[in-house]
Amino acid sequence: MIAALLLIAATATATATPTATATATASPKPQAYAAPPRRLVLWHSYRAAEEAGLLASIALFEQRHPDIKVELLAIPYDAFPSKLTAALPTDHGPDLFVFAHERAAGWARDGRLAPLAGDADLLGIEAMTIDGVVQGLPLALKSVALYHNRRLVPRPPATLAELAAIARANTRAGTYGLAYQFTDFYYHAAFLNGFGGALFEEPGHRPRLATPEAERALAFVRDLRGAMPEEPTSTLVAALFREGRAAMAINGPWFAGELGGVDYAVALLPAPLRPFLSVECVLVSRRARQPAAAASLASFLAGRESAVARAVEGRQVVATRSAYDDPRLRGDGFLMAFRAQAERAVLTDSSPQMAAVWEPQKRALVAVMSGVDPAEALAQAQRRAVAVSRPAPATRSAWPYAVAAALVAVAAVVALRRAPRRAERQPAGTVARAYAYVAPAAASLLVLVFVPFAFGVGLSFFHHAGGRFTFVGLQNFADILGSRDYRLSEPMSFWFTLAVTLLWTVVNVALHVGIGLALALLLRDPLLRFKGVYRVLLIVPWAVPNYITALLWKGMFHKQFGAVSHLLIALGIEPVGWFTHFSTAFAANVVTNTWLGFPFMMVVALGALQSIPHELYEAAQVDGASRWDQFVHVTLPLLKPSLLPAVILGSVWTFNMFNVIYLVSGGEPGGATDILVSEAYRWAFQRNEAYGFAAAYSTLIFLVLLGYSALTRRAAREMEPA
Amino acid sequence: MRTPLLHAALVVFCLATLYPVLWVVGMAISPGQGFAQGLWPLPAHPTLDNFSALLGRGLFWRQLANSLLVAALTTGVGLALSVTAAYAMSRWSFPGRRAGLTALLATQMFPATMMSLPLYALLDRLWLLDTLSGLVLVYATTAVPFCVWMLKGYFDTIPKELEEAALLDGASPGQIFLRVVLPLARPALAVTALFSFMTAWNEFILAATFLDGASRFTLPVALQRLVGEYRTEWGLFAAGALIVSAPVMAVFFALQRHLVGGLTAGGVKG
Repeated sequence: MIAALLLIAATATATATPTATATATASPKPQAYAAPPRRLVLWHSYRAAEEAGLLASIALFEQRHPDIKVELLAIPYDAFPSKLTAALPTDHGPDLFVFAHERAAGWARDGRLAPLAGDADLLGIEAMTIDGVVQGLPLALKSVALYHNRRLVPRPPATLAELAAIARANTRAGTYGLAYQFTDFYYHAAFLNGFGGALFEEPGHRPRLATPEAERALAFVRDLRGAMPEEPTSTLVAALFREGRAAMAINGPWFAGELGGVDYAVALLPAPLRPFLSVECVLVSRRARQPAAAASLASFLAGRESAVARAVEGRQVVATRSAYDDPRLRGDGFLMAFRAQAERAVLTDSSPQMAAVWEPQKRALVAVMSGVDPAEALAQAQRRAVAVSRPAPATRSAWPYAVAAALVAVAAVVALRRAPRRAERQPAGTVARAYAYVAPAAASLLVLVFVPFAFGVGLSFFHHAGGRFTFVGLQNFADILGSRDYRLSEPMSFWFTLAVTLLWTVVNVALHVGIGLALALLLRDPLLRFKGVYRVLLIVPWAVPNYITALLWKGMFHKQFGAVSHLLIALGIEPVGWFTHFSTAFAANVVTNTWLGFPFMMVVALGALQSIPHELYEAAQVDGASRWDQFVHVTLPLLKPSLLPAVILGSVWTFNMFNVIYLVSGGEPGGATDILVSEAYRWAFQRNEAYGFAAAYSTLIFLVLLGYSALTRRAAREMEPA
Repeated sequence: MRTPLLHAALVVFCLATLYPVLWVVGMAISPGQGFAQGLWPLPAHPTLDNFSALLGRGLFWRQLANSLLVAALTTGVGLALSVTAAYAMSRWSFPGRRAGLTALLATQMFPATMMSLPLYALLDRLWLLDTLSGLVLVYATTAVPFCVWMLKGYFDTIPKELEEAALLDGASPGQIFLRVVLPLARPALAVTALFSFMTAWNEFILAATFLDGASRFTLPVALQRLVGEYRTEWGLFAAGALIVSAPVMAVFFALQRHLVGGLTAGGVKG
């Protein structure tokens, strides 16, 4: 016990030291001649040229204001929104940050942003003007436009008919007339807007996706199918355009950095196409420590001087009108084309209802491009959008639930006090020693796992909308279990997803254990040469970060360019669209996850095999047992105690394996390959921030797994020493 | 006769396993930042530019050191917490033992995606936000449930007679645990050490959420910076992924010699 405590104390001090030095070096050095400068913290997720442009602007600001020191923190985009949501209500948040208006509007509604002084010089200022109050200053305008390879398409198309004609004329084996991410609604919006479609019905601002205009827009894109590469991703589009294998591309300013030496120009999208316009803003936190200094930095960043620097250095399509007086900007065809496109764009809706639209639209696009009729796909999308934007359930009194929870707690305590009677024959000293051994682990788990867990379970009784939580009792659970919006057999219903999740878990765990155990049996032979080399090579899939390998597998399953398709062609088999059928999409997920997961099971099995004494095999051989008999009667039974924990925990992890589903199949086709945890994730982060609903999903996941562990408890009991 | 066949099978399996990794290598040594296609992953004109660009970044070594420190401490803290708990759960029966084992399992059941917000608020109150120690504690507690289960399962297979013999020889319970049981459990310790290391090593979401300074970021956070909203620098990312994988393999290579040779039953018989 004391040894354990000492160890913890030692590690605690060891962890504290580097942190202390880190803060010491990070804090600003006091200047000799003046009071210590005021410190501003700005968070962003810019990279490369845009980051350089921001740095140049900040340097200019610090020259003007020697009394202010700006600290920048660049955060990975994937973690940025959730970090802001967590940090903005606390003292750890930034003074300022940069984000696109669609998402920033949510923080404005939650009351996290400080009001700022407007500026008529700024394009798109209306994007962050909410109820007449300016809550963010536009820095840059982001929309897509038309890139064309000047050698293949000297004159860009001016009409939709020309676009289609040029695209078809430039399509031949391995070369495409047009490449863009047509399954991403962000890109498709240009067509929807161009055909006069809208997303919401007014008044009420409720999603209305199944409109004749939307149908025509989908039909137009579908008819271009032959002239475009299938399953387009941003990297595929970039690769094709860079290699001259795509004559035109629809993409944003960020695309230019990937094009190498190809001779291209940017033009307006042909009329009447009108893309979405996203306005990137600088925002000041309501909890900024230096509100005045933060506001002055914000207006400096949005001002002319900084805008010119950001445009010249950062290649940003800046939102400051007067910056375009500068000859360097006026003479820049690239920036001027995007600026002109921004004027012919539709400001992306930033209402909370918008969150309900993205996913249904994406699913409809994927479906139409794989042959579903547009009207049918849109009708399905409409149902999804309605289901996602579910109205707030009636608020309930929390008292009956509190009383029930208290009763359950009392019952649990009573049960716990009564249950262990049979164990009390142990001498008192042993029990005390056992508690001492368990205490450190129990204490840390109690604080860092059970507290957040209780919070999560509690959340599932609430409805979240616009930053406010209302108590709704069991309504979230009732809606999920009753499959309020879908028939039970539909992919979006809880029960369908549960069935897929169970199938997913069983198949994966069987493959993990089967392959892992087989390899461990082969690689345990002490006389086998190069054993160590094989072992190290085989854990590589576990070692490489799975973000990149999962996406690689997705790339290998690409219908036209993937390695798997190439292999099938070499074998004389017609390649398939892996993500258009449930069975193939599911198989792609399973292959990826098996590849990722077998090394862990192999390592565990290698460890577990060491617990079997050699003498038992010798004895079995003397008895004339075959190798198979030895495996069944010696290896398996003796392996069980140390392998079973890994199998049980492995199934729990696989049940909640979010990354592979999300990155490989993305739930396609139509959400059929989604598992419960990816569904929970979508509710929390992609559908209206339905945190309560997502928590209810998570609680159900927990209950299902708890039921599973009860089933395995019998097996667990068998592991107990006699 | 069987051995050449065995080697052939293992080589084929290794090649199949490494084929996707070859793609990562191909992307890392390609001049561009694209995502390759086709059947043959390696570029015609390999270059090490991506590696030198990454290694030349000001904070690269600092962030690598952070990662190593966090992973090493997670391994240490995680093992210290679990070894004692697992031993108690394997050897002694006490009130709450079975409930504790179930509770450990239960901690793995609630999806982690919903935990980051409450964890943030919690670390804020514990003054552990924006510190590597806070991160280490979170990672270690994440690793503890598996480690306890794995170690308990292994401890169960170690004959009690060995400990009884040591007791007769006058050893204290602490000595028995440290000198008799732990050395015998080396294979399981190696497995759990690797697992704890991996828990901390590749994680970026929590690290990016809890840490507020580039000089305190771990390497996976820096790596994930290459993934943007609209585009990703795949060449650099692949190079970084390979750099990140190397220490894992080194750690495993060092640990795997403990996965050789079985437990001998002779100690009991003799």
